[in-house]
Amino acid sequence: MSNMVELIDLQKHFAVSNGLFRQSKRTVKAVDNISFSVQEGEIVGIVGESGSGKTTLARVMLSLTKMTGGNVIIDGVDLSRATKKDMEKLHREIAVVFQDPASNLNPRETLESSIMRPMIIHGVPRSKAREKAREVMEMVKMDLRYLDSFPHQLSGGQLQRIAIARALALSPKIMILDEPTSALDVSVQAQILNLLLDLREQMNLTYMIITHDLNVIRYVSSKMAVMYLGQLIEFGDTETICDRPAHPYTKGLMDAAPILDPADRGREKEIMKGDPGSLIDLEIGCRFYARCKYATPECKERDPENRIVEDGHQVACIHPLKYSS
Amino acid sequence: MKEELLKLEHLSIDYKVKGGYLSAVHDVNLSVNKGEIFAVVGESGCGKSTVAHSIMALLPGGNEHIEGKILFNGQDLRTLSKKDMEKIRGRHIGMIFQNPLDSLNPVYKTGSQVQEGILLDGIGKAEAWQKVIELYKDVKMPDAEERAHSFPHEMSGGMRQRVMIAMMLARNPALLIADEPTTALDVTIEAQILEIIKDLKKTYNTAIMLITHNFGLVAEVADRIAVMYAGEVIEYGDVFEIFHNAKHPYTRLLMKALPRKTQKEGRLQTIDGSVPRILDKKPGCRFANRCPYAMERCSLETPEETFAAETHMYRCFLAGQAGREA
Amino acid sequence: MNGNKSKETLLSCLKNINFMVGFLMLLSVLLVAVFADQIAPYGFTDQGVGPRFTPPNGEFLFGTDELGRDVLSRVIHGTRLTLWVAVLGASLQLVIGVTVGLICGYFGKWVDKFFSFLTDLTWCIPSTILALAVVTIMGKGLTNSVIAIAMVCWASYARPVRAKTMSIKTMAFVETGAAFGESSVALMFRYILPNVVPALIVMVSTTLPATILSTTTLSFLGLGSQAPSPDWGLALSNGINYIGSAPWLSIFPGIALVYTVLGFSLLGEGVRDILDPHMKSQ
Repeated sequence: MSNMVELIDLQKHFAVSNGLFRQSKRTVKAVDNISFSVQEGEIVGIVGESGSGKTTLARVMLSLTKMTGGNVIIDGVDLSRATKKDMEKLHREIAVVFQDPASNLNPRETLESSIMRPMIIHGVPRSKAREKAREVMEMVKMDLRYLDSFPHQLSGGQLQRIAIARALALSPKIMILDEPTSALDVSVQAQILNLLLDLREQMNLTYMIITHDLNVIRYVSSKMAVMYLGQLIEFGDTETICDRPAHPYTKGLMDAAPILDPADRGREKEIMKGDPGSLIDLEIGCRFYARCKYATPECKERDPENRIVEDGHQVACIHPLKYSS
Repeated sequence: MKEELLKLEHLSIDYKVKGGYLSAVHDVNLSVNKGEIFAVVGESGCGKSTVAHSIMALLPGGNEHIEGKILFNGQDLRTLSKKDMEKIRGRHIGMIFQNPLDSLNPVYKTGSQVQEGILLDGIGKAEAWQKVIELYKDVKMPDAEERAHSFPHEMSGGMRQRVMIAMMLARNPALLIADEPTTALDVTIEAQILEIIKDLKKTYNTAIMLITHNFGLVAEVADRIAVMYAGEVIEYGDVFEIFHNAKHPYTRLLMKALPRKTQKEGRLQTIDGSVPRILDKKPGCRFANRCPYAMERCSLETPEETFAAETHMYRCFLAGQAGREA
Repeated sequence: MNGNKSKETLLSCLKNINFMVGFLMLLSVLLVAVFADQIAPYGFTDQGVGPRFTPPNGEFLFGTDELGRDVLSRVIHGTRLTLWVAVLGASLQLVIGVTVGLICGYFGKWVDKFFSFLTDLTWCIPSTILALAVVTIMGKGLTNSVIAIAMVCWASYARPVRAKTMSIKTMAFVETGAAFGESSVALMFRYILPNVVPALIVMVSTTLPATILSTTTLSFLGLGSQAPSPDWGLALSNGINYIGSAPWLSIFPGIALVYTVLGFSLLGEGVRDILDPHMKSQ
């Protein structure tokens, strides 16, 4: 298996101006030195709370915003020096589905026109695009009669299916799914997750699923990346991380994740205190320092480096949690 | 000792819409006891919020038609005058919403907004402010003294929700209705708010009616739950009963749709179709068109309330046998 | 299903009193303008068709002016000019305002700063005075004065379009479009613009009366239409000289102007009620 996506010390810093008259600019490190790679056909879950930078990461990969440092290599294309032709290839190969079903599609276009649009731009003849639109509709198990409908006539689950259908139109290799089921009800969420798994099996797609829902991650993904205030703090096999989280934050996140059975109420857990705080002008040291109960003075003095605790399981923590086997 | 605090009897709410009435809530019977957390769960459009708002007499007004009784401490809230209802609201029944920013006044310090409620009891200003700080500590507000001087926009979503809860506590209501109180919050903050809600129940003996679509919350804090579907309570009972021994096919399927396993253990259960809009009240089970076990009878007769145990009600002809083998 | 929706829209139009009254008023103005040659008893430049300063009577319903021209005929022909002003003014303001608004909202950064500065500038200078200056440079005349007003008033479109563009730009369907390779032009005109249109219709119908009135003001000041044009503004300014002896010279063009502007205002209000969901919810 080969690397489909490779992030190398990826950075996205913004400058924010500081009020009306002050000249001093402050920096928001929305994504800071992130490195990990995704193999072909893998499902990687990216978890984090709001402000963790997970959506910015997706936007960089989709070339919706420019990185300010590091590099991304997607299916052999080096994003930092992609030619126009490279970009065209990337536009075809990476597809995206966002969270909000209602805003995922142009409210003023019919569904058929929305699905055909990506193909039209990439030079697929109309008749062929129309045929393919029908094909992808069937793949997402939607009735063809909806093709003439407008988005407001459909339910959230149906809209999300159409968004997936459009994403499939150009036969992409990678799909970035930004909270694809967060706005949906439980029964519909199950439908969409199952559909995504079916599609991956049929087409050997690579998924990067961004979500705050650990239960969803555990269900669908084989690898997971945990982000906190713009940094990748843990990466590895989903099963390993769920069983033996090495970073105290990951552990806290697991403890906070909603249980789905009242019988688990008695489980041992610790409620993390405080909230992540601001991304502006972060100083040196571990960003989780203030909320971490294992923190030592050392954690405040230097940035924790990435270390490997197990095969393929990396963590950015000076005092990673240890488990007796 | 279980004491009934709130009791809904045959509560039905219809909205006038083009071409008839939309049945938003139909024949809901349930009761919330003192000091318990009672969760009303259901997917969007099931009528759970309508029930909550009707208790507070906060429905938009104008085109709805309400039937049945809303008994609070034995008194029918629907017979009260507007003025009397205002006294009940806040004093005896409090409510918090999904987005606290909408409920806070942006131009006043949050502390003063909480203080206002306390001043109504004729307590001196300084003492009331002391009380505000205490309440902030009760809801585990970080840096309580300083935060009392903060304006809503200076706070995070979690802090604002804490202010809302403190504001409710100031009046010490017997019943707190929490409508999706953590939906807009991050998981770690959600967990913190849930802890506070659990504490409330313990220290203040407040009854909490939790309205949510999130089964995780329910599993975490609820004592009893009612599952709503298309305007009806199709099952209610003890939380463990409902999670482990549900009788209604809808509840059972939902439980299997929760992503609590990994892919290797098999696919999630799905429920085909979508929630119907009920425009005409003809007899029949409202879940019949999506139910894999539906029989002819299901679309002809409305299933009556059946009791599996004294506290476990369901509305289904199959007596909990549906999908037993699965 | 879509047919249903347009039927619904039609129904809500029919039910809206403001819309219907405004619509009928403007329809009558439009018919008068189209059939002016047939309706008007005389040409608008025909002098001496009757005695000078004849008060309204059976033959000359609106009386005659100082050159013995039929005021009724002149008012009737004046509707054409007024509608021309409305159409040209609205289209010019729309084209400039929408383009600037879209570009500002879409590109942001220095482009936005530059154009927003221009927009703010036009707001800081009293519009009539700026229009006066523009007309002085470009020369007198009705079309020039409409252009002058458009150059001053486009900002009232640019601002809301910019704001709307900025909010639509961050919506998922626009980002998705960008992610599969749409060009900026396509994103602006295919994705964003159609979603601004409902707001634009409201804006057009509410700013039209102001455009007509400003043009009338310029004509009144002698910078717009020139004699012997049947322009109502010009007629008003001319009539002022005889307001004591022959008030009908200014009264009838005045009534026509009020009638037309009122028609546009009512229609605008109706359209806003029908299209603007915020107003609807109240």
